[in-house]
Amino acid sequence: MRGSISRTWSRFTESMLFLPVAALLLILIADFFLIPGFFKIELKGGHLYGNLIDILVHGSPTMILAMGMTLVIATGGVDVSTGAIMAIASSTACLMINPTIVGLNLTDPRLFINNPQYSWAPLWMVIVVPMVIATLCGLWNGVLVSYGRMQPLVATLVLMIAGRGIAQLITNAMQIIIFNDTYAYIGNGFIVLPFSLYLAAAVFIGAWLVTWRTPIGLFVESVGINARSSFYSGINQRGIILFSYAFCGFCAGIAGLIVASNIRTSDANQVGLYSELDAILAVVIGGTLLGAGGRFSLLGSAIGALVLQTTITSMLSFGVAASAITAVKAMVVVAVLLLYAEQVQRYVRGVSRGFVRQEAAR
Amino acid sequence: MPDTNRDIVVMTGIDKTFPGVHALQKVSFSVGRGEIHALVGENGAGKSTLIKILTGVDRADEGTIEFDGRIVSIHSPLQAQQLGISTVYQEINLCPNLTVAENLLIGRQPRRLGIAINWKALNARAREFLKQLDIDIDVTQPLGSYSVAIQQMVAIARALAISNAKVLIFDEPTSSLTAHETAQLFKVMRKLKSEGIAIIFITHFLNQVYEVSDRVTVLRNGALVGTYATASVSRLELIRLMLGRTIADLDDMTAHKIESSRHISAEPLLKADDVGLTNSIEPFDLVLHAGEVVGIAGLLGSGRTELVNLLFGIDRPDIGKVVMDGKPVKDYSPAGSIARGVALCPEDRKVEGIVADLSVRENIILALQAGLGWFRRIGTSQQYEIADKYIKLLNITTPTADQLVKNLSGGNQQKVILARWLAANPRLLILDEPTRGIDVGTKADIQKLVLSLAEEGKSCVFVSSELDEVLRTSHRIVVMRDRAKVNEFSGQVDEKGIMQAIAGSAS
Repeated sequence: MRGSISRTWSRFTESMLFLPVAALLLILIADFFLIPGFFKIELKGGHLYGNLIDILVHGSPTMILAMGMTLVIATGGVDVSTGAIMAIASSTACLMINPTIVGLNLTDPRLFINNPQYSWAPLWMVIVVPMVIATLCGLWNGVLVSYGRMQPLVATLVLMIAGRGIAQLITNAMQIIIFNDTYAYIGNGFIVLPFSLYLAAAVFIGAWLVTWRTPIGLFVESVGINARSSFYSGINQRGIILFSYAFCGFCAGIAGLIVASNIRTSDANQVGLYSELDAILAVVIGGTLLGAGGRFSLLGSAIGALVLQTTITSMLSFGVAASAITAVKAMVVVAVLLLYAEQVQRYVRGVSRGFVRQEAAR
Repeated sequence: MPDTNRDIVVMTGIDKTFPGVHALQKVSFSVGRGEIHALVGENGAGKSTLIKILTGVDRADEGTIEFDGRIVSIHSPLQAQQLGISTVYQEINLCPNLTVAENLLIGRQPRRLGIAINWKALNARAREFLKQLDIDIDVTQPLGSYSVAIQQMVAIARALAISNAKVLIFDEPTSSLTAHETAQLFKVMRKLKSEGIAIIFITHFLNQVYEVSDRVTVLRNGALVGTYATASVSRLELIRLMLGRTIADLDDMTAHKIESSRHISAEPLLKADDVGLTNSIEPFDLVLHAGEVVGIAGLLGSGRTELVNLLFGIDRPDIGKVVMDGKPVKDYSPAGSIARGVALCPEDRKVEGIVADLSVRENIILALQAGLGWFRRIGTSQQYEIADKYIKLLNITTPTADQLVKNLSGGNQQKVILARWLAANPRLLILDEPTRGIDVGTKADIQKLVLSLAEEGKSCVFVSSELDEVLRTSHRIVVMRDRAKVNEFSGQVDEKGIMQAIAGSAS
């Protein structure tokens, strides 16, 4: 009995999920004591409200981004252009709803005044076209990395810088305000829980199925650990890299639509700003090694995104000024990196093991 | 012959065991002042382990090192340097973006007023150092702007300048040099020798051994074969010593082999017509049949690996064509080869073989899974079935199939790679040094496995540094030398002829 407890415990502490779960619990426990009513959830008009719901809503774009980022980082790369891709996707979507603002005479501008719900392109195209463009952006990154043999950071930096310019060009540097409620539903809708949360769940399940119901997950890890051995084993490593970056672009597209729909406007400068850094951080907190690649955990990355968002939401409800949040985030980064250092980990595991042994002995 | 008055380094009875490998077995080695002593042997012979022990990187389990008449124990590379033992590595570990002078005197720059670097003095001192080696270059230029040879000279000069070296170790210094640069290097080596510095020279090029060395020590499989005055041992004899061919142990495998040779099909499975690649391997012809084991013999760097890389599609030939099943090969890639039923167990296990952080099971199914494409996943229970089957068949020592492959010993890792390719069920299996660095028992297992595969109608290409092994397993033997196929032997093996072919006519 005693042996099995400590064995299960040590298996848990050695799993990739241990640290992100521990970090999340730690923050929530602190919230429980420091912020009264933090865990209160209310049902108003069929919608759930509360801090925990807020965390899920605001965390879902990062969660979605982190899914794609996980695969990219697992191949040994990184993608810093996801924020820019989000801007491109949102600008494209808004342009397709209302092209008249930017001076394209595709339809009569009065239609929009008479009927705020009017959309130039059918709504399914408003969704699909930006997604395709975002995926192509990701594919472009993948081509630079796999065929161009560029360093991932440099390769994706190109689009990170150029992307926002492209997004500005698409909307002719204007912000297109959207009145269409169906489009706004993506980022604002509720089915008991916020609609964006269902999207995040769908992306998570989709990513999991694609990687682990097929051999793609194994190939991604193999390429990340040893690209040369993988090549010798007949794995199409270029294809795997292309796929990972394209999937990352796809995820950025979804996140872009959620954010832009949430604020009901195209804002090429603000949509997804610095979100790539949040996504990378979420992946790192989730236990996938930045730079080294290899073993990855999609669930870890999702929890990593929640850790980030929980920190932010907690700080806001604790009364920290919004402008100071980045400083707090920086502290979280430092804490996480320390927690992941080999020595600290060994120490934590040693202590926890000793603790369990004592408990069991009693 | 060892002369204790003259010898500056005397290593006696050095023994070293790594997990799974007895790397050095009671090896003794010595080098004298003003002597160039060549250290030769094939891969896994123990040369690098011996050098690592001398330079304090590894520690011997047993044995003593005498330096300058005193018994020393060398704990660290730094200590070795302080004693005066320096190494010039194959890859130059200097900073190409700094100037030659900075590279030479980094960390001990002459200073003005104790703060500012005195550049004039720095450059003058650097020039002086290089002059001792008869090198006249502009020391204010970045090191990277000079040829590899010059960079190597700078590395040598640095070794001399920093540690006042009495013993210099050259680890494969000529592998990336042109003939002219090599001559230049030898000039420097002779000059150092005349100044009384002891030089240990590790090389795979036998003609260089004869060109510069006074004595030569041969290691094989971690054991000392002997130390000889270079002039007294013929080239052919030296190769015989390195490859360790003993006529006594032509065991039952020969009968086994003759029996299996009846199954060789007449139709060629793979044909290479005048296939070659510029700067890699001269055009060659090769025919492989089902049920046949073809051995590739030759020294390291003779083009063995280049040949199999072409057959497996790692490299694409720029002349000639490979024909398989009567159809010319179009897709030169590992993936294409696997689809055709060709497998390569590569030479460098760490870099090209294992995926260290994946489990034994995942490593074993990797090639099979890659061949099935992106959508047909081998079910988890089937993965365990395959993994367990090969763990049993090849006697892989691992607690479970889920053990990470990096935690296995070298020999077991090699077996995992072998299992990966057997699981892919190839028709042509190419094994490049499959027995390197693994224990004798496993070696015999692998040799037997190769013959039984041939009996099942598979075609095997067997590359090995050990002529013994090649002779024992192969129906036909191709000899490589200087990146070209020089001869092919079939039927009754003519051992002497093979050795002569490996050595080249000059012997």
